Amino acid sequence: MSQVIGVPRETAAGEKRVATVPEVVQKLIKLGFKVAVQSGAGDAANFSDEAYRAAGAEIVADPAALWRAADIVFKVRAPSAEEIGLMREGGTLVSFIWPAQNPELLKQLAAKKATVLAMDSVPRISRAQKLDALSSMANIAGYRAVIEAAHHFGRFFTGQITAAGKVPPAKVFVIGAGVAGLAAIGTAAGLGAIVRANDTRPEVGDQVKSMGGEFVTVDYQEEGSGVGGYAKVMSPGFLKAQAEVFAKQAKDVDIIITTALIPGKPAPRLISADMVKSMKPGSVIVDMAAEQGGNCELTVPHQVSVAHGVTIIGYSDLPSRLAKQSSTLYATNLFRLTEELCKTKDGIINVNMEDEVIRGTTVVKEGSITWPPPAPKLSAAPPAGAKPAAAPPAAKKGHGHGGTGAPSSAKSMTIMFAVAAVLFWFIGANAPAAFLNHFTVFVLACFVGYMVVWNVTPALHTPLMSVTNAISSIIAIGALVQVAPPIAGGGERPELWILGLAVAGIGLTAINMFGGFAVTQRMLEMFRK
Amino acid sequence: MSATLATVSYIGATILFILSLGGLSNPETSRRGNLYGIIGMTIAVLATVFGPNVTAAGIPWVVGAMLVGGSIGIYASRVVKMTQMPELVALMHSLVGLAAMLVGFANYIDPAAAGTFKGAEKTIHEVEIYLGILIGAVTFSGSLIAFGKLSAKISGKPMLLPGRHWLNLVGLLVVIWFGWRFINSHTVADGMTPLVVMSVIALLFGIHMVMAIGGADMPVVISMLNSYSGWAAAATGFMLSNDLLIVTGALVGSSGAILSYIMCRAMNRHFISVIAGGFGTGGGAPVPAGGAQPAGEVVPILAAETAELLREAKNVIIVPGYGMAVAQAQHAVYEITKHLREKGVNVRFGIHPVAGRMPGHMNVLLAEARVPYDIVLEMDELNADFPQTDVAMVIGANDIVNPSAQEDPASPIAGMPVLEVWKAKTSIVMKRSMASGYAGVDNPLFYKDNNRMLFGDAKKMLDEVLAALKA
Repeated sequence: MSQVIGVPRETAAGEKRVATVPEVVQKLIKLGFKVAVQSGAGDAANFSDEAYRAAGAEIVADPAALWRAADIVFKVRAPSAEEIGLMREGGTLVSFIWPAQNPELLKQLAAKKATVLAMDSVPRISRAQKLDALSSMANIAGYRAVIEAAHHFGRFFTGQITAAGKVPPAKVFVIGAGVAGLAAIGTAAGLGAIVRANDTRPEVGDQVKSMGGEFVTVDYQEEGSGVGGYAKVMSPGFLKAQAEVFAKQAKDVDIIITTALIPGKPAPRLISADMVKSMKPGSVIVDMAAEQGGNCELTVPHQVSVAHGVTIIGYSDLPSRLAKQSSTLYATNLFRLTEELCKTKDGIINVNMEDEVIRGTTVVKEGSITWPPPAPKLSAAPPAGAKPAAAPPAAKKGHGHGGTGAPSSAKSMTIMFAVAAVLFWFIGANAPAAFLNHFTVFVLACFVGYMVVWNVTPALHTPLMSVTNAISSIIAIGALVQVAPPIAGGGERPELWILGLAVAGIGLTAINMFGGFAVTQRMLEMFRK
Repeated sequence: MSATLATVSYIGATILFILSLGGLSNPETSRRGNLYGIIGMTIAVLATVFGPNVTAAGIPWVVGAMLVGGSIGIYASRVVKMTQMPELVALMHSLVGLAAMLVGFANYIDPAAAGTFKGAEKTIHEVEIYLGILIGAVTFSGSLIAFGKLSAKISGKPMLLPGRHWLNLVGLLVVIWFGWRFINSHTVADGMTPLVVMSVIALLFGIHMVMAIGGADMPVVISMLNSYSGWAAAATGFMLSNDLLIVTGALVGSSGAILSYIMCRAMNRHFISVIAGGFGTGGGAPVPAGGAQPAGEVVPILAAETAELLREAKNVIIVPGYGMAVAQAQHAVYEITKHLREKGVNVRFGIHPVAGRMPGHMNVLLAEARVPYDIVLEMDELNADFPQTDVAMVIGANDIVNPSAQEDPASPIAGMPVLEVWKAKTSIVMKRSMASGYAGVDNPLFYKDNNRMLFGDAKKMLDEVLAALKA
């Protein structure tokens, strides 16, 4: 018996998103589920009931009936008290929960014997990226923040030289280069603005640059990376140095976008009233942390306000303002989660608490609160402390090609020289003079070969082998001198045998000689620019 | 031609050979390098034939043998496909080995050659013969097996006899014992038995040695056999008191040894452990029992989608492997490269030092397909560029792009330098199936979020990609 996924209409004021879209409905049905959508759930995001119906969903008019029928409820926002009242005993709920901020909500859900998966608690490990709804929402929010800023800003973003005069480009300062910050940087840079960004985590500098921004550093030694790639609370000394940097930027830039958040803590106050005052009239501040108290002292949450001639945007529903896009991405995140929950594709979910991703996401399991989860095994970006452990394998390949590699240790060198000395002494003491002449030539030739071949580029290794192979047919000389040597002494000589062996030898080496050079030539002809 | 003139010609030939190897150091001078080699060889042969050691009676035989051998050689070099280069080179090595054996035997049974030596000189001369034949025999049989493995006439899997190290040790002791008897024998007939027994053991040793080596280690084996053929020539030179042979043999021998060393370093393995045979047999089971199974899922992709990704990319790196050679896909690769470059896409090739079955194998194939050599780069040259790369396309390679070499210390290939394709925005792996590479190690790359799998024969798939690109 396949389970029913219910998608109610969002009840929070101003919320336009919906937890599934028609495209995803089809995929969910393929996984074996039945999908019920409340009538009008997708209206605000431009998804009509007809579209859902066409995708195979059942449209239910009455929310109470929907909640009753659904084994699993997909939502965007955390449920309200009324919604919890509608919820079926022992049902499953998937939505944003914010368990740290809403302990009361967890208790109510637990009382319902519910199983609750919080989309804001997806562990930050690479495998879980595809269901990381926070990132997909933050991306949209970052984009929308720039669009909102542009809307309230009285000038172009891009610099232009027109017949009517020169327009300077807008300067945008982004505080916090997380997913939202980076999206904002990319969007603003795409519109043509000069973008600067700051973050307490120095390692994001490259990401900022890759999005087209300039990384502004705070000249104070402190590592700001916390667990899971998030930021942490900084020391007072750092905050002072940071405030100086921000004050300087505030005087210069036209638009400030703040995204600074620290998990489980109120948003840090980064922009003081004085800084706002110092900004040029007509400037815009978008405070994306408004819901958590705001990064700017003068932010009015959920509203646009004007202070000292500066427009301060405190919207907390930026993703919802791009409802169609955010609904689609969120629905896909939920679908990926469903895939994880239903590996058997039979339309029945299995909340497997052994699975790291599912364990981390689940905040209430059959009535017992399981939040917070144990620390994830692997953080998305390992903190700096772990890095040296990974370094040794990389260090090994440090040998530059063409060089003779790192010098060997003194001990092994000593041993090598000692062995060589003994060997040479042995040969010198025993071998006849004629042999030593040849031996000299031999040893020197080995070194010449070594020196010459080190410089060969790897691309030519195959031709090198085939040419050395051709050259090794020099052994033909050995056969040549045996074919018909001038006979000095008399004595028995098995002429025929020797002749046969020598001629065979010449024939074999001739194959090698001609074939080797010819094939090398053929190969080298092909190397061209 | 007088003896001194012949010697001077030999010196000239030696210099030309050194210049020849030196000329191969870059593609622009390489053709001249080959020419030097040809001239050097011609001088050496002519100086010998017209020198004091060959009488007129021998010349018809020499010309006949040269004509027959030369025609076969030239014919073979014309018809061989570039993908078969490793086989041809291996086969040619075996010829050198065999020739070294023949020369050694001929020298031994020739009383004129041995008669003049007394005491220590005689012993040394006999040791030289013995060693020359020994090395020749190992080269001969080893190269034949390598040829068999490369042309898939013999399975590429390492064949590991129980107690193989002991077998080798016993063989070595027997060889030394017969060597001692050989030196102490007084007549040619007396010495023949130890010589023949040793030859048989050496042949068996060559077979055994190469049979135990896995397909992925073939580049090392080929260059090692190349080195052996050089040493065989050098040993023959000692035997005949011929400096030209000694110098040339030493040049070839040391160059082969260096190539082997480079290949070993590219796989982060010790030469001894490669020769001792069998990938992963030294450390444990081929599949790491304790190692974590790669988590995640494999995302397949279609040729049309691949074309889409390529079309939208700015930077593309193609990583070819043996699979490209097997599928003969290098021309299709070139067509795609050409098409993308015309569209302004920066396409480059990343070549792992041990990609393919002989050193530089991939370079030769790409050169054959007319890919310009200045976009074909070494691993070290472009490994740092993967993060800025939009699409990394892996064609028929596996172990050389395996992230577990860096991430999993328990992996049998741990520490081997690999091409970091997973750092590209998207990597596409073209493979026939999910089978593991020669190392028998599962590849976590396939399960990465930014990796896509394009299953199918490389040639066929690339043709489809090309068609989609042009559409």
